[in-house]
Amino acid sequence: MDWQDYLAPLSQGAWVTIELTVYSTLLGALLSFVFGIGRDAHTRLLRWLSIGYIEIFRGTSLLVQLFWLYFALPVIGQAIGVNLQLAPVTAGVLALSLNIGAYGAEVVRGALKSVPRSQHEAAVALNFTPRQRLWRIDLPQAIPEMMPPFGNLAVQNLKDTALVSLISLGDLAFRAEQIRNFTQDSTTIYTMVLLMYFGMALVLTALMKLLEHRVGRWRTEN
Amino acid sequence: MSREPIIRFDRVSKRFGDFTVLDNLDFQVQPNEKVTIIGPSGSGKSTVLRVLMTLEPINEGVVYVGGDPLWHEYRRNNELSPARGAHLRRMRERLGMVFQQFNLFPHMTVRRNLTEAPRRVLGLSRAEADERAHELLELVNLGNQADKYPGQLSGGQQQRVGVARALMMRPRIMLFDEPTSALDPELVGEVLKVIRQLADTHDLTMLMVTHEMHFARQISDRVCFFDQGRILEQGPPEEILSSPKEARTREFLHAVLNPDE
Ligand SMILES: Nc1ncnc2c1ncn2[C@@H]1O[C@H](COP(=O)(O)OP(=O)(O)OP(=O)(O)O)[C@@H](O)[C@H]1O
Ligand SMILES: [Mg+2]
Repeated sequence: MDWQDYLAPLSQGAWVTIELTVYSTLLGALLSFVFGIGRDAHTRLLRWLSIGYIEIFRGTSLLVQLFWLYFALPVIGQAIGVNLQLAPVTAGVLALSLNIGAYGAEVVRGALKSVPRSQHEAAVALNFTPRQRLWRIDLPQAIPEMMPPFGNLAVQNLKDTALVSLISLGDLAFRAEQIRNFTQDSTTIYTMVLLMYFGMALVLTALMKLLEHRVGRWRTEN
Repeated sequence: MSREPIIRFDRVSKRFGDFTVLDNLDFQVQPNEKVTIIGPSGSGKSTVLRVLMTLEPINEGVVYVGGDPLWHEYRRNNELSPARGAHLRRMRERLGMVFQQFNLFPHMTVRRNLTEAPRRVLGLSRAEADERAHELLELVNLGNQADKYPGQLSGGQQQRVGVARALMMRPRIMLFDEPTSALDPELVGEVLKVIRQLADTHDLTMLMVTHEMHFARQISDRVCFFDQGRILEQGPPEEILSSPKEARTREFLHAVLNPDE
């Protein structure tokens, strides 16, 4: 077998990796906003919930989170009589999203904090409600600030997807391992996998740059 | 003047930690009166405006705006208790503020800077808000800048947008905190001209902090000299600016009018 024979199975794996990355990055972004905003909310319950989430998911390893969702959760489910056995894809996407969301929440919070206090005062003087201040003044100015760190997190997330091969999900890393076991052609296979991950990371970075430019257009008009 | 004052500070104190910024302040402004506040740095000038704009709470006393307590509301037994959000929102409708650093929203065009609050807060339709914005941009001589972003304008233009934006809400009282202090000298005139025009043509109560003494003399009905959180001396501009009674006022004016000494 030569490298062209590896291409089809590796591409299949790459496609799974792309799906995992897209779903978990999108869900992770949603979690980032919910808990990043909740982190400094007026309601104490919301604040504590957010702190708990952020600290737990940043303070433990992704691997443990993944195994917990996939292996431990069903056992708890059994004990209380509910089927909590997740499909590998679901467990994978969930673990990745929860993990990246915890880091993203800190990014959202930091970006919101970086909006100058004077903007807040101008908004109060114009009698905006707290919710309007958040949606119309703070977030639109904070989102461009979030984009570079979000880009890094998205690439980090892409690389982290390799871990889900450990719960038998057929992603790129999993396929590579399969073929290698079969052919022992480590050098070729891992070189190809390396390049494929790198290519995907390049595309992802470019996409994030594009997005960054779009949401921050008012900053370049000056 | 025996009319009901539109602004009344009744023994108001404001502290930051141990530091007293407003010290048992009594201060009144009549409807449509143009009042200028002068005084050394740290004397509490900005704080007076910020308290009125509900940006800074007070520790003691009561502030009345339009006859109603600003930082308090009446309970059933007619006692005053600290104001809640809804009360503050009702009271804020009466006031507008122009900031030293303009504080425009950088992510919105000039037009949206003006129309966003009237539409979201007052519930104006887009057409109504655009119409109002058009009129006010004409008033501040920026009729052709509506589609620019604040970052594309000069400081003088930005501050004129700041004036128009505050006026969009049709407040009865306008607060100006050193509106020209952040501007290059050659841009001060165009902003002062707009404010003077406003004073002449609108039924507005104006409260302004400024170091532009010539301007203060032209537009004010009264000048108040603040020192250490109190009004040390106040009166018609000719009197305060030309023949102040207090030594502190004389020192201050001398320093402002002869900055190079
Ligand atoms: N948030 C704050 N925390 C602590 N001290 C403050 C705060 N805001 C203002 N001060 C202090 O209160 C004092 C009065 O402030 P204020 O801004 O009212 O003075 P000012 O008369 O407007 O002075 P300037 O001419 O410098 O603008 C100053 O000494 C200032 O340092
Ligand atoms: Mg000041």
